[in-house]
Amino acid sequence: MSAKLANRIATVVIIAMALFIVAILVGLLGYILIRGLGHVSFDFLTSVPQTIRAGGGIGPQLFNSLFLLVLTLLITVPLGVGAGIYMSEYAKANRFTDFIRLVVEVLSSFPSIVVGLFGLLVLVQFFGLGYSLFAGALALTVFNLPLMVRITEQAIRSVPKEQKEASLALGLSRWKTITSIMLPIAMPNILTGTILASGRVFGEAAALLFTAGMSSPRLDFTNWNPFSPNSPLNPFRPAETLAVHIWKINSEGLAPDAAEIAAGASAVLVIVVLLFNFTARFIGGYIHRKFTASK
Amino acid sequence: MSDNGLSARDLSVYYGNKQAVKDISLDFAAREVTALIGPSGCGKSTFLRSLNRMNDLIGGARITGEIWIEGQNINDPSVDVVLLRQKIGMVWQRPNPFHKSIYENIAFGPRYHGIKNKKELDGIVESSLRKAALWEETKDRLHQSALALSGGQQQRLCIARSLAVKPSIILMDEPASALDPVSTAKIEELIAELKRDYCIIIVTHNMHQAARISDKTAFFYMGELVECDDTQKMFTNPSKKQTDDYISGRFG
Amino acid sequence: MKERVTLEHPKVNLEHPKVKPSKQHLTEEWVGKLYTWFCIIFLIITIFSMVYFVASRGSATFIKNGINVWEFITGTTWQPDAKPPILGALPFIFGSFSTSIMAALIAAPLGFCAAIFMTEIMPKYGRRYLQPVIELLAGIPSVVYGFVGLSVIVPFLRDTFPGQGLGLAAGALVLSIMILPTITTIATDALSALPGGLKEGAYALGATRWQTIYRIVLPTTFPALMTGVVLGISRAFGEALAVQMVIGNAPFLPRSLFDSTSTLTSVITLSMGNTVAGSAHNNALWSLALILMLMTFVFVFIVRWLERRTKV
Repeated sequence: MSAKLANRIATVVIIAMALFIVAILVGLLGYILIRGLGHVSFDFLTSVPQTIRAGGGIGPQLFNSLFLLVLTLLITVPLGVGAGIYMSEYAKANRFTDFIRLVVEVLSSFPSIVVGLFGLLVLVQFFGLGYSLFAGALALTVFNLPLMVRITEQAIRSVPKEQKEASLALGLSRWKTITSIMLPIAMPNILTGTILASGRVFGEAAALLFTAGMSSPRLDFTNWNPFSPNSPLNPFRPAETLAVHIWKINSEGLAPDAAEIAAGASAVLVIVVLLFNFTARFIGGYIHRKFTASK
Repeated sequence: MSDNGLSARDLSVYYGNKQAVKDISLDFAAREVTALIGPSGCGKSTFLRSLNRMNDLIGGARITGEIWIEGQNINDPSVDVVLLRQKIGMVWQRPNPFHKSIYENIAFGPRYHGIKNKKELDGIVESSLRKAALWEETKDRLHQSALALSGGQQQRLCIARSLAVKPSIILMDEPASALDPVSTAKIEELIAELKRDYCIIIVTHNMHQAARISDKTAFFYMGELVECDDTQKMFTNPSKKQTDDYISGRFG
Repeated sequence: MKERVTLEHPKVNLEHPKVKPSKQHLTEEWVGKLYTWFCIIFLIITIFSMVYFVASRGSATFIKNGINVWEFITGTTWQPDAKPPILGALPFIFGSFSTSIMAALIAAPLGFCAAIFMTEIMPKYGRRYLQPVIELLAGIPSVVYGFVGLSVIVPFLRDTFPGQGLGLAAGALVLSIMILPTITTIATDALSALPGGLKEGAYALGATRWQTIYRIVLPTTFPALMTGVVLGISRAFGEALAVQMVIGNAPFLPRSLFDSTSTLTSVITLSMGNTVAGSAHNNALWSLALILMLMTFVFVFIVRWLERRTKV
């Protein structure tokens, strides 16, 4: 086969593969949205699931997913930013720093089901938190932390050195330089990264099966007292999230419209995750334009 | 060792095993401009950065020798570097204003050092901008972003920013080399004004600039101090042949 | 020119740098150090406790229940509720490895093609259209992949091939799409990082684009490409829900690609909720988790070894 012919065949094959991948995505999204969106209604989004009858909704699960995301971010962001600041500003080039990098790498490679098991053992059983939002949030923190650390470290490292030096040269302390000069400049990147990470957290299920649990108590949405067991804001109650719910329906769905509910819930889940991704991209692009324009 | 001046004694800077600055001893008097000249890589910027302990930021850098300011050797681990740096201002080659308003850039330092009263801060902002010959151009837009200023204006803002914390010494690392000729002229004018109150040490690769604005000039080569003398004498009748070669462009 | 303005800072007194320093910046530095140190310590404690707890629970099977390690790994019968329990985990180990490797075999060529497309064939369109597609694929949650696998791939396999449609083939197909973004992204980075001079040298000698890619670009970037593949395998190995939904969950070694079978993650997902803590069944599941954790370490070290080879 001549080289030219091989080149042409290869090019065709490569382009075909690329198109194939696009087709997979389009097909995937198309299937979920077409199959699921029809079932999504306001009623669907707000009513409780039914175990045996048709007509169940995903209201509590949707709320749980959102609330759990907020709780997780409240814990993960300060920890991740702190660790990221350490890695970019305080860490010296020594074995200890290499060790921390190894720790972060291993932690990010752990299967999320193992993280969930760890949560079951330590948080649910050992610390006695029971199946709860709080246990779920801590498990998700472990799952999400390596990404946050990486995002923050990269963001801070990308701050121009001269900004830091200018602040130090004025006689400001290192910490004040980090908080008042470097973090504000790094913030857009940290924000974009956090939004992307939120998408991952929102769709995560394996780590939550045995921590946040697979059930949700009757929620009284008029009760905003976080200490009351029926209040949606109580972090110590079990909280089945949307993603977990989809899995549960597919494995134990007894209602006659289980497939429709799973499709509808999947559509909602995918749309929310896509929203996160688009928002992150949009903000990232906006900030980039603002920065490069003002110079 | 005059007060408000600076003296270096046997100052050396090592990056790992490489010695970038070799046993430099120099005196810088108050109310005088000293220019540090020499070819690229001769160690003049490294030397400059050691004076306000900026090289501490580079892992693996070791600075030996003494740096005397107001009767204290500041190249000593027990010295509080943060306080020290307030006495020495620094201006970089590329203007690096904070991503804040013009007002905030200047007020940032004094506010940190304890001045909370708004009227006092307003006064400091105005006087610093006046000293940097920037007040007229910015007085109506103090709360706009500093990044909206032109390059030359930004550099004068950076100078004003360093003046606001009341240093006695100002270090400048090629402050005009990234600017257009008009802005460069304004900066040089500014330096001539400022030297009435400050000890100014300026690194420059532009020998004509050194000849124009400095009282004394020090010639660096390969990390060593070759010669330091009154600028007039350096440029018309240098003592060392190496200096003469460099100045007349035979190398460098 | 201008009147000389003198600056007065009555509150700041810095005549001698050695005088007792103001407290403010010292406390600030301490706050910063403590806060960042605490976060790092949290990370370290987390990993150590994870390893400790999984290892101690997982080894209970061998220490307390007296199961032989070799029999555990090679045995093919899994009857954890029998008395005495028969614990042969080979079906699960085999299931995990085969689905992951098959997924990589499917995804790698696709991913490399996508990467080559984005860097060599049509960089402009590639970045604008294919890149977001890859990012979107990466963002879809695994339960949704499982659901689509169950609703689309399994019926298709059932109609086209013998069996129920569940099994290794379904698992491998679902996993392959899930790990495609990982392999593609790393391959794209590796190809972009190649110095342009290398390719230009080949073109100057009259090589076609494909020849250059095949003979120069791919071999040079091979370790980096392999890093992506290994990371993909690692992800597939650890994936739980999507696999569990399509693999069939029969605790037996499969006789074909279309036999219902299990993986390490699928059996844990399925059974953990039904076991009592401390029972032999429960301990056995923890031992499977221990295998998962050990494989994580293996994968990380393989990737690190590959990255060292890339740097050469």
